[in-house]
Amino acid sequence: MNVAQFGVLEKDLLDDFQRDFPLVPRPYRAIAERLGCDEDTVLELLCQMIKAGLITRIGPVFAPHRAGASTLAAVAVPEDRLESVAALVSGYDEVNHNYEREHRINLWFVVCAPAAERVAEVLRDIAARTGLEVLDLPLEQAFHIDLGFPLQWS
Amino acid sequence: MSAPLTASADPALDPLDRRIVAATQAGLPLTARPYHALAERLGLQPGDVMRRMVRMLETGAIRRIGAVPNHYALGWTANGMSVWDVPDKHVDEAGRMVGGLEFVSHCYRRPRRLPQWPYNLFAMVHGRSRAEVADKVARIAAVLGDWDGGHDVLYSTKILKKTGLRIAG
Repeated sequence: MNVAQFGVLEKDLLDDFQRDFPLVPRPYRAIAERLGCDEDTVLELLCQMIKAGLITRIGPVFAPHRAGASTLAAVAVPEDRLESVAALVSGYDEVNHNYEREHRINLWFVVCAPAAERVAEVLRDIAARTGLEVLDLPLEQAFHIDLGFPLQWS
Repeated sequence: MSAPLTASADPALDPLDRRIVAATQAGLPLTARPYHALAERLGLQPGDVMRRMVRMLETGAIRRIGAVPNHYALGWTANGMSVWDVPDKHVDEAGRMVGGLEFVSHCYRRPRRLPQWPYNLFAMVHGRSRAEVADKVARIAAVLGDWDGGHDVLYSTKILKKTGLRIAG
């Protein structure tokens, strides 16, 4: 399955159910009723989309600053060390996002732990092991509640 | 009979909530009765699982429940983290304005780290191309006007790790 093969049903599933997934005993049947198909079709399509990697999961998206402690960290890594430093950073269980970005400060990652002390400890540890300065950019205020994402198929 | 659904003023998660978080962060079961399956795994009543999830939605601990798209696989390959230097006294109002734009997926205030990092407002912008992202960033700049004391866009070139958030149950 790929996006080019998407019909109306696939698009509606993604457009209408990034939020407000029904909290009822048979949510997939409730979705099917809204889309005018049957429960098995909804389940089958969602399984296929997950298998094809087009959606990562069906489920809750948690607000990270409530479920434990977290921060966004950034490091300016010399180009020739980027691969090894990135691997070192990704090696921490507490790192759940790690992106390379085009900038002098080129490695960006999220550190997440049950308690703030452990987050600080991971940052210190990365700084000590790499000899590089780690910028700690914790969230101070969120201005947008992530309600999903308009995919604009056209 | 199930008890009425009530909002709680306390956003903190109790141990049972945390077990539900841990059991659902990789996704709900793709079976006809996913909350029943979850309840059985956790030794709870299905109604309790649903009620607690409703409450976590109401308190904001859960932002939303639904399909989590893989933007990259869906063709949204340009991911720009736009960062803005906004006067401190205006940053919260600026954040509300920028966060209200429908194409901004996340908008956060974060601390500056001078001299290396002068930016205090972050807005994530996605597109099918960098040109599309650049257009959207220009719209943010127009909204901010004089409050835009300098900005930059950091495109992601590689996703090195991306996993759901992990938390002990």
